[in-house]
Amino acid sequence: MKKTVFLGALAVTGLAAGAAAAGTLDDVKARGKLNCGVTTGLVGFAAPDANGVWEGFDVAVCRAVAAAIFGDPTAVEFIPTTGKTRFTALASGEVDMLARNTTWTFTRDVDLKFEFVGINYYDGQGFMVPKSLGVSSAKELDGATVCIQTGTTTELNLADFFRSNNMSYEPVPIETNAEAQQQFLAGACDVYTTDASGLAATRATFENPGDYVILPEIISKEPLGPLVRHGDNAWGDLVRWTLNALISAEELGITSANIDELRKGTNNPEINRILGTEGNLGEMLGLSADWAYNAIKAGGNYGELFEKNIGENTPIGLSRGLNAQWKDGGLIYSPPFR
Amino acid sequence: MTQAAFVRTEMVPEQAPPITSSGVIGWMRKNLFDGWMNSLLTVVSLVAVGALLYEILPWIFRSSWTAGSLNECREQIKEAYGPDASGACWAVIRERYAQLTFGFYPSELYWRPILAFILMLGAMAPVLFSNLPRKLLWFSGLYPFIAAWLLWGGSVWGPLSALAGFIIGFALLLAITPRFGAILGVIAAVLGPIIWWTLLSGTVIDVLDSIIPIALEPVKSRNFGGFMLSITIGVTGIVASLPIGIVLALGRQSDLLIVKSLCVGFIEFIRGVPLITLLFVASTLLNIFLPPGTDFDIIVRVMIMVTLFSAAYMAEVIRGGLAALPRGQYEAADALGLDYWKAQRLIIMPQALKISIPGIVGTFIGLFKDTTLVMIIGLMDPLGLSTAIRANQEWNGIVWELYGFIALVFWIFCFSMSRYSMYLERKLQTENH
Repeated sequence: MKKTVFLGALAVTGLAAGAAAAGTLDDVKARGKLNCGVTTGLVGFAAPDANGVWEGFDVAVCRAVAAAIFGDPTAVEFIPTTGKTRFTALASGEVDMLARNTTWTFTRDVDLKFEFVGINYYDGQGFMVPKSLGVSSAKELDGATVCIQTGTTTELNLADFFRSNNMSYEPVPIETNAEAQQQFLAGACDVYTTDASGLAATRATFENPGDYVILPEIISKEPLGPLVRHGDNAWGDLVRWTLNALISAEELGITSANIDELRKGTNNPEINRILGTEGNLGEMLGLSADWAYNAIKAGGNYGELFEKNIGENTPIGLSRGLNAQWKDGGLIYSPPFR
Repeated sequence: MTQAAFVRTEMVPEQAPPITSSGVIGWMRKNLFDGWMNSLLTVVSLVAVGALLYEILPWIFRSSWTAGSLNECREQIKEAYGPDASGACWAVIRERYAQLTFGFYPSELYWRPILAFILMLGAMAPVLFSNLPRKLLWFSGLYPFIAAWLLWGGSVWGPLSALAGFIIGFALLLAITPRFGAILGVIAAVLGPIIWWTLLSGTVIDVLDSIIPIALEPVKSRNFGGFMLSITIGVTGIVASLPIGIVLALGRQSDLLIVKSLCVGFIEFIRGVPLITLLFVASTLLNIFLPPGTDFDIIVRVMIMVTLFSAAYMAEVIRGGLAALPRGQYEAADALGLDYWKAQRLIIMPQALKISIPGIVGTFIGLFKDTTLVMIIGLMDPLGLSTAIRANQEWNGIVWELYGFIALVFWIFCFSMSRYSMYLERKLQTENH
């Protein structure tokens, strides 16, 4: 069996080379499943439950895209990727899209030849300290020992921040978030720094969360979003407008509860266009007319997904902040469906 | 002449040794309190072990098995053992043991890996214990194909046609060697199966499938995980690396220049590269070399890399065994008129392998533990799953319980291998050098 798989793979290599020229959407449809790259586990964003079903805020984006294509939010193959393998997995075609809280940066977009289709979470790097340290601002951290994950943008941001404020610090390099939690709790470092969402999730697991505070300063911009390969703009459009549909749905008040009601027809032409009762937006994407209906129905609109996975009623307890709709003073904004 | 009155006429009866040098006390005096230095060390060690257990045992036993989340665990432990108590949250193991064992394998199909594991024990038994009937070895030979079918599912004709390739090779070897010589025989035995696997078997499988469709529900490699993944990769690596290692070790000692340089080059290249690098090659580089859309199973890629890696180490371990054999053994084999393969099979290898047992088993254990490195390329081995489990809001913050459980299971496997190797060494001891 093992040998046949190997040799069989070599044999079909030639055929596959020809087939790969077709569009990503055709490949996905032929396969019957969307291959979506996620993290190997990040609280609130992607994690398998006891039955092996993936859940989380990033996972929900994958499910929405799958629902838009197939009408079935479970038609996804989740492929866990690490920080080291994620970009090759996407570039080589192992996954069709990445929804793996990846920061949109210039080099990733331009040099690595990826296309970020939007932003589903505005994050930023913050600091957490024990209350007993008596610090209320990151500017007072001169001389602190800082637990920092190696090989990430957070490491560089930290160096920039301390240098521009003429402060010194002593880094305690760590490899994973779990290690950081243990080191921080054991007092090996005064400060733990990572993305603010990660800090909130970490703090929620402490035995006495009240003994630790997250400082108000956010020292970097970390816009996280799904991304696809260069070279297939139609596919990029599909993922982009699926995300936009979730965002617009919240803005227009389409929820998973009232969507069936609204689908019967409304006075709002944009809602009608999104839900496919008016116009032919789905057809333009190469999908059925009810693509956005399925995507929103899969897990709810953007706001519902936020509340369910990382919102204030979850243990992570993130407030909307920058991730509120533009009308509520946030940055979440979708171009019009027209 | 008078008799000397003080000469004994009979032996003094034997007495029991003094209480201070026999029994428990004697053993303790001899082994624990032999001189003040040893006494001191004993006391210090006992205090250290005692302190360790004093810290760890309450943590292990003041635990919660029923909670649904870490916070619930903490509440239950506080309720049961007082507000300052801290204990292990074994509830995470209870909830996730199936996932840690099988990964994302569909739960209604768990019987397949379990059956494969039980059959594996059956297939290993005749290899490991020579007093079992030798006919059972046929089952051991068939086992890899049965296991592959059980684990991956799909049509039964896939594994069977893979097996047919080996049969074709063997038949060609037997048919051609007597007529055209050994070299042509070997070439035919290699080319025949390759032609079969690449060109013919696909069609034959399709035809047979349409006539007699026997199939299990296929399971994707991506769903493999946990200890099942470690064992699958580890056992494949162990089973395949030994023969490859033997061939490489013999090749390295060969007088044929090309064979020798190929083997030396392979061994030194693989040994000079870290396993993680090879895994990255398997997971990412191959993806870029192969055309997009090629579905070359990631676990098979990893298995090949792990096998090649340990085969190189195995070759050097066996070469050590070959080098330890006295020259006279080779000469004796020549003097008996044995040809190269017969000499290897009957005289050299049995002795060389016996000498190498500790090294071979050491390599096996190392290989089995190295399977956890696949976590770095995003496969869900037990350590990878521990990250994934921690990514749930309920279990975020759990560290020691998961690692402790995984360490225990690995220890059981590695310790069994180690004990078996000691048994084998004792059994094969012939006291002739």
